[in-house]
Amino acid sequence: MNGQEPSRHPEPGDRADNAGEERAGDRRIENVYRLHVNGAGHDVRDAWLGESLLYVLRERLGLLGTKGACEQGECGSCSVLLDGELVCACLVLAAGAVDRPIVTIEGLAEPGAPTDVQRAFVTAGAVQCGFCTPGLVMAAHTLLDRHPQPTATEIREELSGNICRCTGYGRIIAAVEQVVGERAATAAAGVDPSRSGP
Amino acid sequence: MTITDAPPRGATATGRIGDSPARPDGLLKAQGTFAFSSDVPIDGALWGATLRSPHPHARIVSIDVSAAWKVDGVAAVVTAEDVPGAATYGLIAQDQPVFAADVVRYVGEPVAAVAADHPETCRRALDAIAVTYEVLAPLLDAEVAIAGTHPPIHPDGNVLRHQRIVRGDPDARAPVVVEGTYDVGMQDQAFLGLEAAVAVPDPGARGVELHVATQWLHEDRRQIAACLGLPPDQVRLVLGGVGGAFGAREDISLQVHTCLLALRLGRPVRMAYSRAESFLGHVHRHPARIWMRHHATADGRIVKIEARFVLDGGAYASTSSAVLLNAITHTQGPYRCANAVVEGWAVRTNHLPCGAMRGFGVVQACFAHEGQMDRLAAACGLDPVEIRLRNAMRTGDTLITGQVVESVAPVARCITETAELPMPDEPIGGAAGAGVVLDPMRLPGGAGLTADVEHVRRGVGWGVAMKNLMYSEGFDDYSTARCRLADGVVTLKFATSEVGQGFVTIAQQIARTVLGVDRVVLEPIDTQIGSAGSTSASRQTWMSGGAVDAACRAARERLFEHVGRLHDIDPLRLVVEGDEVVDSLGHLRAPVVEASAGIEIDETVEFHHRPTEELDADGQGNCHTAFAFVAHRAVVDVDAELGLVKVVQVATAQDVGRALNPLHVLGQIEGGISQGLGLAVMEEIVQIDGVVRNASFTDYLLPTFLDMPVVVATLIEEPDPQAPLGAKGVGEPPCISVTPAIVAAIRDALAQFEGDRPVEVARVPVRPADLALPS
Repeated sequence: MNGQEPSRHPEPGDRADNAGEERAGDRRIENVYRLHVNGAGHDVRDAWLGESLLYVLRERLGLLGTKGACEQGECGSCSVLLDGELVCACLVLAAGAVDRPIVTIEGLAEPGAPTDVQRAFVTAGAVQCGFCTPGLVMAAHTLLDRHPQPTATEIREELSGNICRCTGYGRIIAAVEQVVGERAATAAAGVDPSRSGP
Repeated sequence: MTITDAPPRGATATGRIGDSPARPDGLLKAQGTFAFSSDVPIDGALWGATLRSPHPHARIVSIDVSAAWKVDGVAAVVTAEDVPGAATYGLIAQDQPVFAADVVRYVGEPVAAVAADHPETCRRALDAIAVTYEVLAPLLDAEVAIAGTHPPIHPDGNVLRHQRIVRGDPDARAPVVVEGTYDVGMQDQAFLGLEAAVAVPDPGARGVELHVATQWLHEDRRQIAACLGLPPDQVRLVLGGVGGAFGAREDISLQVHTCLLALRLGRPVRMAYSRAESFLGHVHRHPARIWMRHHATADGRIVKIEARFVLDGGAYASTSSAVLLNAITHTQGPYRCANAVVEGWAVRTNHLPCGAMRGFGVVQACFAHEGQMDRLAAACGLDPVEIRLRNAMRTGDTLITGQVVESVAPVARCITETAELPMPDEPIGGAAGAGVVLDPMRLPGGAGLTADVEHVRRGVGWGVAMKNLMYSEGFDDYSTARCRLADGVVTLKFATSEVGQGFVTIAQQIARTVLGVDRVVLEPIDTQIGSAGSTSASRQTWMSGGAVDAACRAARERLFEHVGRLHDIDPLRLVVEGDEVVDSLGHLRAPVVEASAGIEIDETVEFHHRPTEELDADGQGNCHTAFAFVAHRAVVDVDAELGLVKVVQVATAQDVGRALNPLHVLGQIEGGISQGLGLAVMEEIVQIDGVVRNASFTDYLLPTFLDMPVVVATLIEEPDPQAPLGAKGVGEPPCISVTPAIVAAIRDALAQFEGDRPVEVARVPVRPADLALPS
């Protein structure tokens, strides 16, 4: 091991070259691939190719906002955008996401400068334990991009890939409806409410 | 106006009691920067993983770990012989091994653990450990455990607790007699944030710091320190962000294993369960079979209840004895009853261990007593609301334990105010008259497009519940809080586990209200202060809220003394109004920020609830601290041919005492209803021959956005004089009586179909086959 371990939490943007001691089985794999996350390129070096995008985002790139809760695409906690599509990062092989734009919760807005959806989640009571929240925020943005004026059924259907165990969903629906109302109210003024500060 | 008509918004950051300020961790969580216990940044940590038993009952003949050591990247392999302190742990009885040494008693019991450089290396190392088992006959039938015909599967025996309640005249008779048997399946808490922890050893392995998601830091520490053979002050716990709990984090899971590996290696180790492992790694809601026979007058007044409870506790004791106590002492539900004969058993089997889950024994009892109330209503020719109102408990009534209900008991109000809530205006399938397009998403089966509106009937059902608050039977589950005031800023310290319920918000509201400040800083939640007790039993608003309130009041007294000295005023004349210290008999008005400038006040208070007693052999005693009440009305659409159910609406009125934060209360109500709905029609851990068959979110079904009905809620606010802030716990009641309400609604819908239908639905979760395939 040469006394070196993969750093648990490198900063985003670090080259993950300290993973060179990775062992999986008895094979040592020499490789490097490049991921494009939140507008920046990241080289992933000498990683085991079996790693999911969820694992690489969290453990190699230090992007811990994406959560893992079921590892089989049922709960949506690990929702990210891949080529603009909402996907479960636990079901995507990281090495298969090379050269495709990836957006995580960290890429939506700077800390302290939340999107309208993030603000609404907080004020409407959509956040309890918060473990599902990053995935649901990603899903809610996608919903509102696809359906700026969603029906009640569309909200439930579009978000039904994301499980929340705390809230019973009522306040999450209220948060989405709050954003719909805010965007409609400010659209005439020519302001993009989704990017304005609190 | 109901709370759901005009839900509060948490827009302000400085709300006081009764407001709904934004939770202080809300934005961090919404932006993904809040650190859950899976996200604690510790450099250089190795991964730990656990080897688990594949058998429900087997003797361990040998464990050969030599091949695991040869896997490249493995740093440690530990088994039972490496545990330096107590070999077993447990919340009440210390009967559960850290690692199985001679016998495994359930599928999933830990046998060994490894630490390595990568999760995949861990998996391969676990595969390389060779355990030779001699498979033994499992004990899987709770009745066999009671009968005593199976050899003990544990040195402590196969009966975890047997308790009777005998009250009044056991031979009392009445003209109307109804009886039934009710079954409840094993439910999983299914919090989203999987078990995860990081252990950081002190230099020289003299102690350890553990960052962990738990419900009770100090109780974890007690058990961990005993197993590690360390004094408790050498084990420091820090609350890692908790992704939900619901009872599943009251028992320890990976805590000892993680610390043990870290101490062996002298370097940080983190463990993180997978979802499949989580199903095996924590306790669950007890499966139960409950028989009840109600005797009543012709006009429906309960005279006597006979009951027998059998709870399957699984392989280890956990909190089974307390769950059983809760179940049998809630036999009567929120209804008056003078005579009772109740027998309760909690037994050990080779199933998964069971313990705390939201509702804690009362969920099981309520499913039975509410089924009985509907039978009684039918037998007496009364409707479900009237039978419940006629029997509704009041403050001052005596329970079947002999305990007098001193809590505010607005049972009748809960029922009548629920009945007054509007019924859904949407007909079956969403189609309102000619020309309106049917929305198939609103039919049972939803996107499956299988149900035909012609084959769907709508039913309405009721459930009403009583729930004890805080711990019972003589346990002093006190809470500690520290309040410091300096320059108009309050700093609070407590060890209260924030699991998502929002205590961090409430604590700030209390401090702002008592001390008249806006800025309240929360210190890290850890063991560097006295215990706060567990975040369970709907107790933290009452207990830790009471402790924060008391600490802030003590600080306020010091502030008044300081201001009194400065201005030569009797401190007893001073009060806080808004953000000022005010002389109630004079003219002084000083902002708290100025009044507290240049001084530092520091007060720590322990808050205790009134003492309780253990039950005697006849189940008599003042065993509970306080009670809360709730009513639910469910509307469901049922396709009996396909066995499909859609819950359309749940209406509820809940006795909350006083809503300190209405938005948080609403969140508890809706979330609890979701979990009660899950138990009613979706959720069950299926074990066949002691093997779990559905340990995944693909096979264990949880309510989604599409399964959750519209909730119409109203709050009954009658401040309880015994509660420090007038506020009752609100966490558990929402999930208790909604389950029987949904099942009653299903029965009501089934009764509307022609022909022979199995309207005898007395088991949850209700499965499609229970409806579509008459037995």
